[in-house]
Amino acid sequence: MFFLSIFLPLLSYFFCVFFKDYLASKKIAYMSCVFMSLSTISSILSFYFFKLNSESFIIFTNWINSGSFSVDWAIQLNLLSASMILMVNFVSTLIHIYSVGYMKKDPKISVFMGYLGLFTFFMLLLVSSNNLLQLFLGWEGVGLTSYLLIGFWNYKDSANSAAIKAFVVNRVGDFGLLMALFTIFVVFGTLNINEIMILVNSYSDTYFDFIGLKVHSITLISLLLFIGCMGKSAQFGFHTWLPDAMEGPTPVSALIHAATMVTAGVYLLILMSPLIEASTFAGDFILIVGCLTCIFAASVAVFQNDIKKIIAYSTCSQLGYMFMAVGASAYTSAYFHLLSHAFFKALLFLGAGSVIHSMSDEQNIKNMGGLYNKIPLTYLTMIIGSLSLVGIPFFSGYFSKDLILEILYLGDSSLSFYAFLVGITVVLLTTLYSMRLIIYVFHRKSMADEKVIAHIHESPVIMMIPLAILSVFAIFFGMFCHSMFIGIDYLNLWSDVLYVNKVTDQNYIYENVPTFFKKLPLIVILIGAIISYITYFSLVSFLPKIKSRLNMIYKFFKNKWYIDEIYQKTFVFLAFYLGNGFWKSVDKDLIDNLGPNGLSRFVSSFSGVVAKVQSGFLYHYVLSIIIGLTLLISLYTYIF
Amino acid sequence: MLNLPILPILICIPLIGLIFILLSSENDDFSIQSKRSALWTSGSNFLLSLYLPYNFDKDIPHFQFVNSFGWFNSDNLKFSLGVDGISMPFIVLSTFLILLCIIFIYPQSKKNMRMYLASFILLESFLIGTFSSIDLFSFYIFFESILIPMYLIIGFWGGERRIYSAYKFFLYTLLGSVLMLIAIIFLYQEYGTTSIPRLFDFSLPFYIQIWLWLAFFASFAVKIPMWPFHTWLPDAHVEAPTEGSVILAGILLKLGGYGFIRFNLSILPDASIFFTPFIYFLSVIAIIYTSLIALVQDDMKKLIAYSSVAHMGFVTLGIFSSNMQGLHGAIIQMVSHGIISGALFFAIGSIYNRYKTKEINFFGGLGNRMSRFSVFFLIFTLGAIGFPGTSGFVGEYLTLMSVFSKSTTVAFLSATGVILAASYMLILYKRVFLGVTNPNIEKKSEKLNIYELVTYSILTIVIFIIGLKPNLLLDYTSSSLNRIIQLYPISIF
Repeated sequence: MFFLSIFLPLLSYFFCVFFKDYLASKKIAYMSCVFMSLSTISSILSFYFFKLNSESFIIFTNWINSGSFSVDWAIQLNLLSASMILMVNFVSTLIHIYSVGYMKKDPKISVFMGYLGLFTFFMLLLVSSNNLLQLFLGWEGVGLTSYLLIGFWNYKDSANSAAIKAFVVNRVGDFGLLMALFTIFVVFGTLNINEIMILVNSYSDTYFDFIGLKVHSITLISLLLFIGCMGKSAQFGFHTWLPDAMEGPTPVSALIHAATMVTAGVYLLILMSPLIEASTFAGDFILIVGCLTCIFAASVAVFQNDIKKIIAYSTCSQLGYMFMAVGASAYTSAYFHLLSHAFFKALLFLGAGSVIHSMSDEQNIKNMGGLYNKIPLTYLTMIIGSLSLVGIPFFSGYFSKDLILEILYLGDSSLSFYAFLVGITVVLLTTLYSMRLIIYVFHRKSMADEKVIAHIHESPVIMMIPLAILSVFAIFFGMFCHSMFIGIDYLNLWSDVLYVNKVTDQNYIYENVPTFFKKLPLIVILIGAIISYITYFSLVSFLPKIKSRLNMIYKFFKNKWYIDEIYQKTFVFLAFYLGNGFWKSVDKDLIDNLGPNGLSRFVSSFSGVVAKVQSGFLYHYVLSIIIGLTLLISLYTYIF
Repeated sequence: MLNLPILPILICIPLIGLIFILLSSENDDFSIQSKRSALWTSGSNFLLSLYLPYNFDKDIPHFQFVNSFGWFNSDNLKFSLGVDGISMPFIVLSTFLILLCIIFIYPQSKKNMRMYLASFILLESFLIGTFSSIDLFSFYIFFESILIPMYLIIGFWGGERRIYSAYKFFLYTLLGSVLMLIAIIFLYQEYGTTSIPRLFDFSLPFYIQIWLWLAFFASFAVKIPMWPFHTWLPDAHVEAPTEGSVILAGILLKLGGYGFIRFNLSILPDASIFFTPFIYFLSVIAIIYTSLIALVQDDMKKLIAYSSVAHMGFVTLGIFSSNMQGLHGAIIQMVSHGIISGALFFAIGSIYNRYKTKEINFFGGLGNRMSRFSVFFLIFTLGAIGFPGTSGFVGEYLTLMSVFSKSTTVAFLSATGVILAASYMLILYKRVFLGVTNPNIEKKSEKLNIYELVTYSILTIVIFIIGLKPNLLLDYTSSSLNRIIQLYPISIF
């Protein structure tokens, strides 16, 4: 069962690729949906029949075996991987179905569906692997398919550049992960995750020599792993690729850049939680980076005009929340937020896709407006998604996000209290950008030109079904599942697969968090809602004035803190400058001129000299004989 | 199992085939008859070379299939052939790539096709001879003979600046080899033998090792090539015809790595330990420096050529880490680079045959014209950037890991090459295959022919097989490598 749920998506990929010339593209698209549904059903079954406390893994064969280094092809079945597989398969299936409608007119739809299947396969491989090298394969694999899908509309130059950017920035993160794998192997002598978990405690006092520094080995490993996660999960510094990745088709953004791939970083840290837990510094570092990303992305999101970029920055900031939870050792809550985020963010993206679809591919929210009665169903789903995102009580986001905030409040260091304050501020910002999006898209007077307006229509049924299903999950997932993560027996459930912090217990939270702080997020949401209502409705005529007054600040946020520009001016420029310099100055001028060209020039000039000596004039020869004889005789007398 | 003198047969079959090729009638540039004989020769030689892995005993570290012939009427100077786990993969790689070259040439027409094919077949014989020699003199003779057909291939069928490049190639390699010849003569003078297995048993004094090491190094560092002896490579590649580039990158560069393992590492262990930091230094420079240069190239072949230097940097890193992972990694990296860069050069050849240019700026949106080809090219690109699952990953991973256990700094610096590789290869792919279709390539849209399709499919399959199950190859090498590693007591890892 479990095996099927992982490999059916791969089968779907091969089906799409090999039959694309022989079958109608529509049939292929439906078939890939069928494959995915089967895969989901088998993952539901494997989850259903899953026995607690029964760790099992299937080893297929050996992958690399060299000296003491040995890695297998194997998949692991435990609660963590089974639930993650279920989520990935489920969301992926919905997005497959959605894509059938969304990409209907695209001539390459069968390739598109194939790539989606391939992506799903790599993602499943990532989450189900029982050693880190195979995880790395999945990790790179999702990066690759993300590259392919961002650049899917490759007639757009911006899409191609965004795809390369995504891949290369991810590679920089992967570089950290690669270093982590090396360190893990040198320290622990294995890459098997279960074995590492057993060995962690016995290595908690070892030090490792890394680039001339003596570092606590577990801290080093955790930090290197985290660099990898920063790349994949678009944390501050590595976030630049994620907004650009919105060049890809919207279902891709929903599947890869919201629900699954970008959460792989969080997943990896959860998977390696005992390791992270053994290093306090790493935990603090993760917390700080999480905070920074959270507030940075939310602050930028408020100033964006592209509907997808707003949601992309929102994803970034929600990932920040998850990392904050990881940094505060609340792995179960991070995982809870990961799952609930997957549902409401996929919903938001698909809703945005539906809006874009109906607006004839318009993405700028300033050109939209007044859509609420034209596409009411989409409006409804967007509202549900946004409510869940900001964390209105009893929506999914409420349960998971407030849990994180409360745990941050309960954390014993002052750092986590600051993190709590950041988290609360971000709730305000989240409300602001969500309200802004809703108001600009659905409520204000329509800014679109008439052709577009005449063409506005609700999306077809095949696109609405996934939206409806996701809406259900965005509303109820948190309500039904939160007992799994903080309820009575959550310790039994999770303690086998990850490190469980006792603080995350429901009763403990209930008793220790004052009511004011419990209600604070809600209060902040209300304030945010009022502010945004006033700004975007009553004060809308003053906005340009405020903008020009605060031009510097506005531009700073609008241009995403100028981080892209800084990178462009430093790393990219430097690489090309050095490349040109090495090539032209060193390779051509220095090495070639001193080396072969110099040699041949020397030979020819020397032979010219020699040739000149053979002049044929007797007095030249006599002169050289005299000089030579004098030299010889003087040498002779000098020596003897 | 019948006991064939397989190595002499492998060397002789191309020579016999050569006669057929030269005897075949040459009526035009297409010369189907000589092509047919070349195909038969290389095909049968490839199949016969599979006899080696099939009958190879993986547990024996020593040379197998040994054949010795007298030479100069001397007891100590013999013409001996044999293979062990280290040379065996390269022999199969040689016959494999030559066969693919012949298949790739098949639909083309070239001036003086008969001689062109003859050069390749001759080259095959010399290559097998080099890899299977277990005597220094026969090794040297084969090693040098390779230059002749290669020089002709570049100098005769090359591009515009072919004479300059051919000279540069010839001079560089010859200069290195002369020093090696001196070392070989010295060894014969001092120890009275040139037999490689017997040299394994000697332990030379350190000061002699140093000089011998440098002499061998000069030859192989030019061949592989290491920075700063690499400048012949881009020129040679740019001017060489497609198949020439394939053989050059695919096999000739591996002679350097093979030589390092066979001579510097096996016979001169103390000097190897002494010079390891030096090698690390050069390799790290090679990886970063050439990757940066590759980033700014406008010529596809030049880009791949520079990337080859970077990839070979990983090989030298792995070899001189002198532990099992490093050597395994180096061998996998060499074989995989042989296949992947070979594949990339074939692919560029396909492009060149259609549009007669290798300028990157000439293209754009080629993927819209040749969709299947663009998929193949993407796979080869992924191999080149070391994507897990392809053979390139296994090599890079193992070498980097072994270096990491020795020196984290070196590993850290050289791993940046992985990022740079992704940048330059993906930018190449984007500029050639993606984007709006360039008007330059609007007119012609020739699909891949069956020969190209066969070549690319085979290469793709091999890339994935090695990537997913590298031990199919590694198991052959383990016992031979173990013998080398035992020379380095501090290196067992």
